[in-house]
Amino acid sequence: MARPASTKAPAPSNTVPVTNWPRPGEPIRHKPTRTELLDYYRQMLLIRRFEERAGQLYGMGMIGGFCHLYIGQEAVVVGIQAALQATDSVITGYRDHGHMLAAGIPANAVMAELTGRAAGISKGKGGSMHMFSVEHGFYGGHGIVAAQVPLGTGLAFAHKYRGDGGLAVTYFGDGASNQGQVYESFNMAELWKLPVIFVIENNQYAMGTSVNRSSSEDQLYRRGESFRVPGLQVDGMDVLAVRGAAQTAVEWVRAGKGPLLLEMKTYRYRGHSMSDPAKYRSREEVAAMREKSDPIEHAKREIIEAGYGDEASLKQIDKEVREIVTAAADFAEGAPEPDAAELYTDVLVGKY
Amino acid sequence: MPEIKLPAMSPTMEEGTLAKWLVAEGDTVKPGDVLAEIETDKATMELEVDDGGVVAKLHVAAGSEGVKVGTLIATILGEGEEMPAEKPAEPAAPAKAAEPEQAQAITAAAPPAPEPPQAPPKVSPLVPAEGVPVVAVAAGPTKRQTVREALRDAMAEEMRTTSEVFVMGEEVAEYQGAYKVTQGLLEEFGPQRVVDTPITEYGFAGLGAGAAMGGLKPIVEFMTFNFAMQAIDHIINSAAKTNYMSGGQMRCPIVFRGPNGAASRVGAQHSQNYGPWYASVPGLIVIAPYSAADAKGLLKAAIRSPDPVVFLENELLYGQSFDVPEGDDVVVPIGKASIVREGKDVTLVSYSIGVGVALEAAKTLAEEGIEAEIIDLRTLRPLDTATVLASLKKTNRMVVVEEGWPTCSISSEIIAVAMEQGFDDLDAPVLRVTNIDVPLPYAANLEKLALLKVEDVVAAAKKVCYK
Repeated sequence: MARPASTKAPAPSNTVPVTNWPRPGEPIRHKPTRTELLDYYRQMLLIRRFEERAGQLYGMGMIGGFCHLYIGQEAVVVGIQAALQATDSVITGYRDHGHMLAAGIPANAVMAELTGRAAGISKGKGGSMHMFSVEHGFYGGHGIVAAQVPLGTGLAFAHKYRGDGGLAVTYFGDGASNQGQVYESFNMAELWKLPVIFVIENNQYAMGTSVNRSSSEDQLYRRGESFRVPGLQVDGMDVLAVRGAAQTAVEWVRAGKGPLLLEMKTYRYRGHSMSDPAKYRSREEVAAMREKSDPIEHAKREIIEAGYGDEASLKQIDKEVREIVTAAADFAEGAPEPDAAELYTDVLVGKY
Repeated sequence: MPEIKLPAMSPTMEEGTLAKWLVAEGDTVKPGDVLAEIETDKATMELEVDDGGVVAKLHVAAGSEGVKVGTLIATILGEGEEMPAEKPAEPAAPAKAAEPEQAQAITAAAPPAPEPPQAPPKVSPLVPAEGVPVVAVAAGPTKRQTVREALRDAMAEEMRTTSEVFVMGEEVAEYQGAYKVTQGLLEEFGPQRVVDTPITEYGFAGLGAGAAMGGLKPIVEFMTFNFAMQAIDHIINSAAKTNYMSGGQMRCPIVFRGPNGAASRVGAQHSQNYGPWYASVPGLIVIAPYSAADAKGLLKAAIRSPDPVVFLENELLYGQSFDVPEGDDVVVPIGKASIVREGKDVTLVSYSIGVGVALEAAKTLAEEGIEAEIIDLRTLRPLDTATVLASLKKTNRMVVVEEGWPTCSISSEIIAVAMEQGFDDLDAPVLRVTNIDVPLPYAANLEKLALLKVEDVVAAAKKVCYK
């Protein structure tokens, strides 16, 4: 329709749209007790040493297939898991070894799965990317990028359906955050006010593609806005910041306010998988991150500054962790492979 | 003079109930006014008037059931028009229901000049004629029920006994089901257990699988299995493989159900049999029943199963009636085929809507002195090869009848089984009669040509009998 030439369209507004739906307050960095801080340190160190050893075993041919290491990201899972209860559920993608250790699954069972042994948590039939422990509330370990997001939303649906007070934590990466099913999940989770915490572990690279090369909105904590899922951006290299944000999220979700999105800014030191030469980033970038932002070194300084420990006592923790990892590796190398008859088991539960 | 005839309000509608007149004789109506409420097999719809005038006559009483598509239901006179003097009554002048111009939903177009009465054409060439041999059912009291009602009863009965069972999908609750299969469930079980989802197959299939991993027993309805293509990753990678990958500790007891296969005139993207796709996946149970009794008993078994089940229904069978055993605990075992007709000369192996085609073919064959034995596979995975091979041993001749494509099909599998395990019993090569190997066309004549045909089954059976 024609309109008078003098009429101008209204000037576009460049301000962020004001939304009036409720949001959580700014998270407060956690103030840990001595026991807590030492525990976080020990757990992060266990994951670090475990993954280093897994990398070695892969190099020796003891671990096959795909193997995605969590080195550098330890603070995320340790800080989140510390805020959970035994009734809660956890699910993640294929970079899952750290999540399993943080969920309390014995290192032996995880390492034996990596080497494909009968004593592995999946009887050697899952491998690195497909590990589960219903007993520990750990629902995998899923190999298809972002598949865990609706699955985790379904775990939250089950918690709400049963009214058991539990919540589901659904971890996924910056790469997965571009999958459509993530947004289908956001929509349903908010629509039905499901008790789910979506944790984007933004380690900056989806395999070899950096976030700003793959994401039109690279501030991933905003990715829930269209669905009214509030988001918080968190320093994922600081276990106490993560622990504080997890507290905010847990309180929000348990109060029945629906899902919350946490974007954890983190970094992986190793390649996407063991077969990744990581040519898409410079050695200097990785070295700088290790030097300035390492979550374990960060926690170590904090412990010493708070007087919760000294070099000697931390060395003792390191020694204990190494012993656990060495024992797990020895166990995983020596344990027998699955019996040939296991090929045919666990396909179906029922008899037909 | 506009004569209003009952229009086809869905691709498969053959008749409807004239639930209510919203006008009376003598009323003046203008275009867009609602004349009546028509209840179809899927929904209650409003019939609007195209041209204004005076309602001269309502030919069908409110509450009439089984009014055929094309029946004259009202006469509306425009200005200067008169009621015809003594035109012979048109009791059920059913006309060209399947013709495109009549297949409009909601608004009745003024039909062309009255046609001489003729038999209503079949909505689909796959819907068998009346008088098809009745499928043998278990002894005991039975009731006549449609497949649609049987499926709903199966869900309702299981939901009454097990609180973990819930239904989710598009339009399953407030709309009462896109095909009315979930009718009444919302009222009985409430919105916590009968969950309307957004149109988001990938998302809700994954959410359902996650809920199953978390200990619930979801029934996920796909409006049709064509839309489950968007969700197939969760059906296969999440639901089917997890128990194995977890060394048997993480189960996924879920039922994915909905209509599968060709419907009627809905074109290639809405007409496909996914039976062979899912049946090729270890870790899944795949069921494709024909009769209402099997639909009910097998759906109950599927819901009770600790494994993920793909339950393939057929839209064209939803409205067909069968004898269904009375009682709320009649379960049909998964993985067992049934012999729906005994015969000694040739074995026809089929499943889902193909069984009806095989039954019709058997009638013709019987007239020519060939007694066909018909096996309804019912479960496509695990396949009941023992029943197939036992029948082959008896008849020594076999034809597989499948409403689906021939390549890498259930037919292919049955033929392979016959070769591997029944070779010595074969007196002729096993033949298959299937749809034509093309995407399903829209045009009525081409669609008919592309789909499974009774006469082809008859011809194949005679061929293996060397007659």
